[in-house]
Amino acid sequence: MERLLSIVAGAALVLMFSAMMLVVAPYLQIEAMGPSEGLKPYSEQAQRGRDLYVELGCMYCHTQQPRDPSFGPDNLRGWGRPSVPGDYYYDSPHQLGTMRTGPDLMNIGVRQPSDDWHLIHLYQPRAVVPGSIMPGYPFLFATSDVKVSGFREVPVSDEFKEPGRTVYALQPALDLVAYLKEMKRDYPVSVLEPKEEQL
Amino acid sequence: MNFTISLILSATFLASVLGLFMLVWAIATDSFGIGVKGAKQIFEEGEEGRVDDPSISKANAQAHKEELADEHKSMLERERIDQEILERVDADRSTSLPVLLCLCASVVWLMVGSVLGVIVSLKMHYPDWLNDTAGLTFGILRPMHLNAVIYGWVSSIGIGLAIWLVPRLFKCTLQLPGLALLGAVLWNIGVAAGLYELYSGRTTGIEWLEFPWYVDVFLVVSGSFVGASLFTTILTKPSKHLYVSVWYLVAAFIWFPIIFIVANIPGLFKGVDQSIVNWWFAHNALGLWLTPLALSVAYYLIPKIVGKPIYSYNLSLLGFWALALFYSQAGIHHLIGGPVPSWLVTLSIVQSVMMVIPVVAVAINHSMTLKGRFEVLIYSPSLRFVALGSFFYLCASLQGSLQALRSFNQISHFTHYTVAHAHLGVYGFVSMIMFGGAYYVFPRITGREWPFPILTSLHFWLVVIGFLIYFIGLTIGGFIQGVEMLDASIPFMQIVENTIPYLQTRSLGGIIMTLGHLCFAAHAIILMVDYKKGVAPNYMNKLRTLAQSHGK
Repeated sequence: MERLLSIVAGAALVLMFSAMMLVVAPYLQIEAMGPSEGLKPYSEQAQRGRDLYVELGCMYCHTQQPRDPSFGPDNLRGWGRPSVPGDYYYDSPHQLGTMRTGPDLMNIGVRQPSDDWHLIHLYQPRAVVPGSIMPGYPFLFATSDVKVSGFREVPVSDEFKEPGRTVYALQPALDLVAYLKEMKRDYPVSVLEPKEEQL
Repeated sequence: MNFTISLILSATFLASVLGLFMLVWAIATDSFGIGVKGAKQIFEEGEEGRVDDPSISKANAQAHKEELADEHKSMLERERIDQEILERVDADRSTSLPVLLCLCASVVWLMVGSVLGVIVSLKMHYPDWLNDTAGLTFGILRPMHLNAVIYGWVSSIGIGLAIWLVPRLFKCTLQLPGLALLGAVLWNIGVAAGLYELYSGRTTGIEWLEFPWYVDVFLVVSGSFVGASLFTTILTKPSKHLYVSVWYLVAAFIWFPIIFIVANIPGLFKGVDQSIVNWWFAHNALGLWLTPLALSVAYYLIPKIVGKPIYSYNLSLLGFWALALFYSQAGIHHLIGGPVPSWLVTLSIVQSVMMVIPVVAVAINHSMTLKGRFEVLIYSPSLRFVALGSFFYLCASLQGSLQALRSFNQISHFTHYTVAHAHLGVYGFVSMIMFGGAYYVFPRITGREWPFPILTSLHFWLVVIGFLIYFIGLTIGGFIQGVEMLDASIPFMQIVENTIPYLQTRSLGGIIMTLGHLCFAAHAIILMVDYKKGVAPNYMNKLRTLAQSHGK
């Protein structure tokens, strides 16, 4: 009985200790920082696009955390300055990611402002990026052999679609592009905490 | 601010080291009242020094008759009913239903998870395959694979083996068996519902925590049902010594609900603090849930099968508490270089390196127990799986400590190298031990023998070869990917192209592993339908008749 109690209590204490250090302390520190100056909340459409980004699991291949030059040449690849906690103030759920099968997307809106490019890329990535291993998302689009007015036409070359048919973007595809285009953390940040002190 | 942080940091480290010293002192003064006697409690009279594995084939059993003495067989030879062995048989019988349910469900999840894994692996080099509906896209199937194997396969079989172990170690029947059964049923319904939700696009979008909150409630409640049954069972024998496996199980059933609930509270965390909680959870799900489940099985089966008490009982105590202290603080090494406070990352790196202590303690203990009995590995399928899993535990943990170092993490972070490492942990270590557990437990709870030893061997060799192809290929590919990503002069698309041969290797390895799982699943089905009507080698049925004739 006492031994059981000591294991239960010991195990719970150790975990509480870990939760204080790894959950509560950083939570307080980061909450106190607030949003970065220059960061705007997502537009309504971009937020819908972000929800789709989450649903389709883009995060499993794309990070959103350009690192300090001392960790890697993220900046030289055009992925932007090192991110700070304030840049993520409006992000829920977070999409920092752990894998770079594809490039970092924290600043995709800065380096790729073209709607057409994004729409073609989502329909068939290999139409604009030869050798890409990203899946296409044709279910976010519709094709038709007659002209349809009121829908956004996507200029996909014949090689990558059924010839003679026109590709139209459905609303979710437009939302997703709106989100990607709002991915811009190119405003300056004064303090690069917590990067300055390193082991 | 910096001063406060360094103060907290030093305090944490000091507390950890102090905890370790207190532990060493407690062991030295024998405050826990343990020792050789505790280690020997898993053996009954005449069992020590003799091999015990019901999955050994008949041919092998005859060839190794001298050293092989099944627990029930040795009793039959003595022609008298040993009360303690009968208690163990009763214990097995009292758990057979929930355990069988967990084991069968876990085999289903293993197959589901394997097929999903192969599909997502193939999708990496056939990106246009299965693209027509949202539910089949890579980003949905990949988390389904992870959740099917983590919460379905390893958790379900881990829970099943826990239910089997506790009454067996206390030589009593399972208390509140209905609650345990209900928990096991609900857990698996929860997993099925969760996978369906993911398929339908309802995900939280947080790695390892993708199930929506209502599924989480299901898992916590059903897990507590099983926990309540196990704790009640332990409390029926309050004076009984707690074997090392029990420490791990008790702790696991305390830890998992806490980390799972904290990390899943909707709306509490966002942005960077959510990412921190995310990796605090995901790392602890392996370290404080799957690892203790697997180690509890290994700590029972290795000594039990070879018939030798665990080498150093004190060392296992050190390993247990050091695991709790260090593993629980190691998680943030997943965010090295990310936008998180660097004191936090530093803390996790230090604790990741400290993990060497518990891991080496376990490795010494397991290998020294095996020492002198290595020949048993040749003919005992259970031991082969469990010992291999224990070896991979050492490999995975040492590799993990290495990967946590900043200089190495620069290369391995964000690459397929990490994926290979994750599979070394969950597959090489945890799954291998669970396979071994399944081979030991199925005959014990069904009273039936594994009908086709060839399927057992096929299972073993297919998963070992498949896994080595998977792991070695992906490790090399990920390393190259990491080195090249650090060189800005190499275009990103060039790096993608360079990884493709390794991704294809991974698919090949994954397919071979899945074939192995197919052998295992088929074998389990054949055993369940009682194809051979066999009763040997565990003499369960004979024993029952004998027990009846003795008026039991």
